[in-house]
Amino acid sequence: MAVSEYNQEMEFFVDMQRCIGCHACEMACAECETNGQESMIHVHYIDRAVSVQTTVQVCMHCDEPACATVCPADAITKDNFGVVHSANTSRCIGCSNCVLACPFGVPIKFEESELMMKCNMCYDRTSAGKKPMCATVCPSQALYYGTREEIRKRRPESVPVNTFKFGELEVKTKVKIMMPKGATKIIVD
Amino acid sequence: MYRLVKTLNRQALVNATVSIFVVIAIVIAGSRNLQNFDAALVAYLFGTVFAVFGIAYRYSVWLQRPPTRLYWYRSWQFLFSKNFIPYALRSLKLFLRNILLQRFIYPRGKLRWFGHLMLAVGCVLAFAITIPLTFGWIHFTLDPNSISTYNAHFFGFVVTSFELGTPIAVITFHALVWCSVIVTIGAVIMLRRRLTDGGLIATQTFEGDWLPLFLLIAISVTGIGITYDYTFLQGRTHQFMSVTHAITVILFLIWLPFGKFFHIFQRLAQLGANIYKVEGMKRGMAVCPHTKEEFASITHIEDLKNVSKKLGFDFSLKNGGSHLDLSPEGKRSALAKAHYKARKESGKFFG
Ligand code: SF4
Ligand code: SF4
Repeated sequence: MAVSEYNQEMEFFVDMQRCIGCHACEMACAECETNGQESMIHVHYIDRAVSVQTTVQVCMHCDEPACATVCPADAITKDNFGVVHSANTSRCIGCSNCVLACPFGVPIKFEESELMMKCNMCYDRTSAGKKPMCATVCPSQALYYGTREEIRKRRPESVPVNTFKFGELEVKTKVKIMMPKGATKIIVD
Repeated sequence: MYRLVKTLNRQALVNATVSIFVVIAIVIAGSRNLQNFDAALVAYLFGTVFAVFGIAYRYSVWLQRPPTRLYWYRSWQFLFSKNFIPYALRSLKLFLRNILLQRFIYPRGKLRWFGHLMLAVGCVLAFAITIPLTFGWIHFTLDPNSISTYNAHFFGFVVTSFELGTPIAVITFHALVWCSVIVTIGAVIMLRRRLTDGGLIATQTFEGDWLPLFLLIAISVTGIGITYDYTFLQGRTHQFMSVTHAITVILFLIWLPFGKFFHIFQRLAQLGANIYKVEGMKRGMAVCPHTKEEFASITHIEDLKNVSKKLGFDFSLKNGGSHLDLSPEGKRSALAKAHYKARKESGKFFG
């Protein structure tokens, strides 16, 4: 890939607790040129019956991506920067394995075009040293793209965590979630 | 050498070897013991045999991956079930719609669909003509009783005759020129996209995306060159034209199993994925415990639990359930709830 300035000091930090459900990221995501004007980010209520809290989900860019592993068409690849790319359009057969296997519920299958698409952290922008669209517009910094130093100063009471437990399974990711100080992992269920 | 052979995949090697024997057998049978085989095309034949070996090899390796093997197995199982007729008809319909007309590309972009269709139609037609020619299945002879009637032979039998200069003769002898024109139009449309689309510019690679298009254009242009040479240059540049054309075609054939063109063979799996979805829906849908809505077939979820476990992703939970029982929205909510819980326990939601 025509990579010139991928700045690996910059990292993606997510804090769903800060999401106010404004959907600005959703609009911004559709501007990303790699998605063909489709929004890939997920914003929704967690459980509308009991709370108005919303959550936001980008691709976590797993170290060992379940999506790519279960893909029968070898359509999903991870590059040297740890970015897990959207399905290769010539290979994807639209089977939805990735949609159902991703532990974070990220990929989206477009039925009409028999194609899966997902967040690739705005590769057109990040590979040119820019921030992903969503992180540039998030008013509450639920989505933050910057250096570790910056986030440490802004959130002195929190730490970035990238280890997730699903039962016995441990998943590590490139994208981090901001957790209370002292936390080393998130136990999902 | 022995070590190299040892690293190869055994089953794939067997399949690939068997397929080249099949090719050789049908070449011998179709050309009537090589009587009708055109020796000028021998380099193309070697290229084709290599391509068949490579494709069979890669396809066999591909089928050994657990998710692919599962789809392969399920596709045939569901096709050859009591619903054979409806599934066969459905597959035929989808084959026409999505494989031949490539309608699934249409929603991704009209011009993109048109460009890709041109590429595909041109290539498939060209293969349909050149493979039988290379295999010696088709050849043309001048009728012994005439100086202007050509006989077309298929498998050694005369199937049709036509007069030189008639429309049918022009179409037959220039069919590959039309294919080249169609492929070039398609390739130019696709090249234009690659030059102007910001998303493609960011993610494309030279060998993965540009080279295939260059190769197709090179094959088309050198192919047209051969016709141009004998039509307008009295064959003066024939050797140059035919050698450059042969080189580009053989490069294409050698590269067919490894590069982007392999998707031509993978694409058929889309038909299997469709039957899988339809049969799965019939067998019953899974309901997400979080959203309380149907989101996928039970068959799919259960198959995926097994396959992902085989691949080192065991999503089983302590309560006997599985993280995969949740729909994508359910999974996102589960993560958000876990995050909320951790924040709550710490006594601080922000900061
Ligand atoms: S979060 Fe999901 S889609 Fe993203 S890399 Fe991991 S498994 Fe794949
Ligand atoms: S939908 Fe496409 S990318 Fe996803 S697993 Fe199936 S073939 Fe692979």
